[in-house]
Amino acid sequence: MTILDRILLLITGLLAAYQIVVGIEGSAAMALWAYTIAFGVLLVAGLLLIIQGFGILDSPWVVVVSTIIPLSLSLGLVWEYLPAWRTIYLIFVIVGFLAVAITRFVAPKKVATFTLMPVHGIAGLLIFFLPIVMSLRGAMPGGFAWVGIGGGLIGVGGLLLAFLKAGKPILPQKVILTVLPGLLLLMTAAFVAGFAFA
Amino acid sequence: MTTTMKIRAKLKLYWPLIKSLQTGLLIVTGLAGFMSTRCPIKNWQTVLAVTGSLFLAVSGSTVLNMWYDRDIDAKMERTRKRPLPANKMSPREALILGLVLSLLGVVWAVALDPLYGLIVFAGLFFDVVIYTMWLKRRTPWGIVWGGISGGMPVLAGRALGTGQIEWVGITLALAVLFWIPTHILTFSMRYHDDYQRAGVPTFPSAYGNHATHVVIAISSVIAAVMMGVAAYGIELTWGYLRLMAVLSTGLFFLAFSSAAKPSAHTNFGLFKYASLYMLSAMMLLMFVV
Repeated sequence: MTILDRILLLITGLLAAYQIVVGIEGSAAMALWAYTIAFGVLLVAGLLLIIQGFGILDSPWVVVVSTIIPLSLSLGLVWEYLPAWRTIYLIFVIVGFLAVAITRFVAPKKVATFTLMPVHGIAGLLIFFLPIVMSLRGAMPGGFAWVGIGGGLIGVGGLLLAFLKAGKPILPQKVILTVLPGLLLLMTAAFVAGFAFA
Repeated sequence: MTTTMKIRAKLKLYWPLIKSLQTGLLIVTGLAGFMSTRCPIKNWQTVLAVTGSLFLAVSGSTVLNMWYDRDIDAKMERTRKRPLPANKMSPREALILGLVLSLLGVVWAVALDPLYGLIVFAGLFFDVVIYTMWLKRRTPWGIVWGGISGGMPVLAGRALGTGQIEWVGITLALAVLFWIPTHILTFSMRYHDDYQRAGVPTFPSAYGNHATHVVIAISSVIAAVMMGVAAYGIELTWGYLRLMAVLSTGLFFLAFSSAAKPSAHTNFGLFKYASLYMLSAMMLLMFVV
């Protein structure tokens, strides 16, 4: 890991820490906790990457822990902007997370991958589309669409890492690890900017 | 050689004697203790005095430790290149340096506030006399006293700000006390052969690696809990409390990983994270006033 990687990860961590401290004005308690968990995982993951290097990505826990980010972010968004779907989405998040965690350790690799795909996919699509649609409809300020852009970036990062871990990398491992810190920073910056406009 | 060059050469020689990172972290804890009670901008002279007095006292005690432990440092691979075992300076010079720094630090601290000075002195005494000279070579439990002395700067800073020893200061000192095993025990496992060669009793040699991992995990968790309780007592804002909860959760996660599936890699990760955690948590306390 280069010095530049560490600096990018440190800025990512600081941005996530900032978001945790300022919170999101007017959010319901549940949404605020969901966002805190998402940015908290980003912060701690950034710190662990700085401390232990990219070797930590080999741990089977990475997939489980990284699932928390899209799930909790999307839960916060649903809680705030799709109140009619709160209960059903909360159940999806809990069941989805447990399914990913359990299959990662006890099921064959194929089952684990097929469990991960819909869970990540639904959460990722929500983070991508919901803020953009709300901004386009005028229900939220235009800047809120940055959250959707962050969602798109998290999707790209998630895909790159998921295929890398599945042994079928889309890009060479070296390229993925080179772009990962920058991608994490851009994603976090997009989320922070988007929520600042909310 | 000009006088400037001579001074520069001496400073270069003395710098490794004070363990700058460890000293820096202890100064941060002292500043956090004080700044959690008083505005650092309105009290900038006191902030400078706390920094100066703690730098001198902590550096002095570290030099005295190096002076006393020079024989065991010479037997350990990790420490044998330090100035004293490497014969780059005489033990007498180190002793004088340690005594002068310690004395200056304690006198400055007492002049600032007698209670603050007393606590700074207690930290120095526990570290040099009780821990290093008396217990370190006798029992692995000596680290408890090392931990107590490590907690003194934050307690002193807090006492200077509030004018008394109160529960928040004690809780912060306990947080440091329970953080210290993560630091020392990780080192004692990583450099197990070194400590064996030097004849220093350690937790891993007395109780085994597994028990040591469990002790590290438990003490990390207690340190985080103590920090959380103190932060609540200081009335840290809700946003900063959330951030502290997140950082503490990271520490819990690593501590349990380290205890459940111990490895040198995980353990060293926990050690580094715990240091970063302590630094971050102390810095958060500085923003309260």
